[in-house]
Amino acid sequence: MAKRIGMEVAVAVAEAVGLCDIDMAAVYPITPQSHIAEHLSDLVADGKIDAEFVTVESEHSAMSAVIGASGAGARSYTATSSQGLMYMHELLPIASAMRLPITMAIANRAVSGPLNILNDHSDIMPQRDSGWISIFVENAQEAIDMSIIAFKIAENKDVMLPVNINIDGFQLTHMVEPFEMPTQEEVRNFLPPFVPHATLHPAKPVTMGAFAMSDYFPEIMKAKDEALKNSKKIILEVWDEWAKMFGRAYKPVETYKAEDAEVLMLTMGSMGETAQMAIDELRAKGVKAGLVKLRLWRPFPFAEIKAAVKNAKKLIVTDRAVSFGGPGGPVFSEVKSALYAEAQRPVIYDYIYGLGGRDVPVGDFVGMFERVLADTANKEVDTYEFWGVRE
Amino acid sequence: MIEVRWHGRGGQGAVTSVELLAVAAIAAGKYAQGFPSFGPERRGAPVAAFTRIDDKKINVRSGIYEPDVVLILDSSLIGLVNVTDGLKPGGKIIVNTPKTPDEIRKDLNFSGTVATVDGTGIARKEMGVPIANTTMIGALLKVTGVMELDAMKDSVEHRFGRIAQKNLNAMKRAYDEIKISN
Repeated sequence: MAKRIGMEVAVAVAEAVGLCDIDMAAVYPITPQSHIAEHLSDLVADGKIDAEFVTVESEHSAMSAVIGASGAGARSYTATSSQGLMYMHELLPIASAMRLPITMAIANRAVSGPLNILNDHSDIMPQRDSGWISIFVENAQEAIDMSIIAFKIAENKDVMLPVNINIDGFQLTHMVEPFEMPTQEEVRNFLPPFVPHATLHPAKPVTMGAFAMSDYFPEIMKAKDEALKNSKKIILEVWDEWAKMFGRAYKPVETYKAEDAEVLMLTMGSMGETAQMAIDELRAKGVKAGLVKLRLWRPFPFAEIKAAVKNAKKLIVTDRAVSFGGPGGPVFSEVKSALYAEAQRPVIYDYIYGLGGRDVPVGDFVGMFERVLADTANKEVDTYEFWGVRE
Repeated sequence: MIEVRWHGRGGQGAVTSVELLAVAAIAAGKYAQGFPSFGPERRGAPVAAFTRIDDKKINVRSGIYEPDVVLILDSSLIGLVNVTDGLKPGGKIIVNTPKTPDEIRKDLNFSGTVATVDGTGIARKEMGVPIANTTMIGALLKVTGVMELDAMKDSVEHRFGRIAQKNLNAMKRAYDEIKISN
């Protein structure tokens, strides 16, 4: 087993990407992603990796550059956060429609306004329908592993879709913590060279990003939807392969003490481990509490979510973004609609928390459980609340 | 688990110290976290940084509100920032100052362990600069016993290269010279 080392997570992510034989990266720095951009450009400038680092003047150009490069057959990488991701937005569905296996790290951060640089999930949620595979990570190890795994998923000929990896800004990106870093040889054994199915090359002209009116457009949308749904099979296969090589297994939905739990909580991203401590505390008091962690956001793992929650009486969904004027947070909406037709399902509560970097200590998670346990008549279900927000 | 809150001013290297310490603790086989107070930081303004060290995997990712140890890199912050905020009863406070522990105890009205060392003076003599962030790691290791001083060698060498030895010498002097009053 590799030795555990300590490093800032953003720097470690750049190191991991540096092991992936990328051909190019175009990354525009933005807090809290900047250390990825800085370290990756160092690796290129120091000759440690043989890649082109394209300096761009904006995130819109960064995504444009990786789209062009990926179309030309280059293994291409970018990273961003918050406003930078919003600025990329119009290009994201183009990358997926062109079936380009780009990978992107998102150092999740609140979206303005008011201006805020700290962590929540309000940057990724508006990108939900852009046709990308979307994965959330919980700690340094997952951030590193997924940064490598993403290339293999994206480039599989039965997938050919872009992947984003969501790494909580500051909470993860700015944390020095232990992890195991695979070696260059191990990564090369796992990740074969990228063989594009078509490239933009004058010797063999092809059209990418063509024009389509109503005679073809709906079919192309359906094809993209099917491609994203079908990618799940490959995602599971690649995670399985990773587990065999590195001993770390990943699933679309992870559970913690959930099997016999009467009350479950669902989290995404770095809050999962802190919530785990709340579960331990509640279990010690005799409360049958459990945790469900949603790792794969797109394609949404319907079957796994249904299976994970079906025996619980109550489910607390936590959201780190707001759907203003909507039915609740985006994760709540998704989970609720996934369970709507199930004969056996828990009642669902939604707490929107940790917005703009608001800290959520263990006691807050315990408080959420105590609150729903006290709601014996289920008066507060199917609605949402901003947890711990001053009136 | 031991939780440490560092107080300093932007530019004094509190964040560098928590990183060096976490990297060294992990290399020594422990589990650790080192992190800044999240957000923008300005040179000269009060800043905080945090360390967690444990023998088992650390799951908690929220802030540190009840530290076991508070380390003050800049004694001019005493009176300006509530440095003892949340410090556990029986907690320890370490201050970079030429004053004695008893003088600091009066300044802070604190009954737990107080330890002082003139880190800035040591840094000036050993390194020629009045920056005591690495020096004070020596003080922290002496007061907490969380790991051996030698365990810092690799992480300091990796970070500072040819000036690493001066940093290690300063750290050793703080380790040897710190005065502790229980």
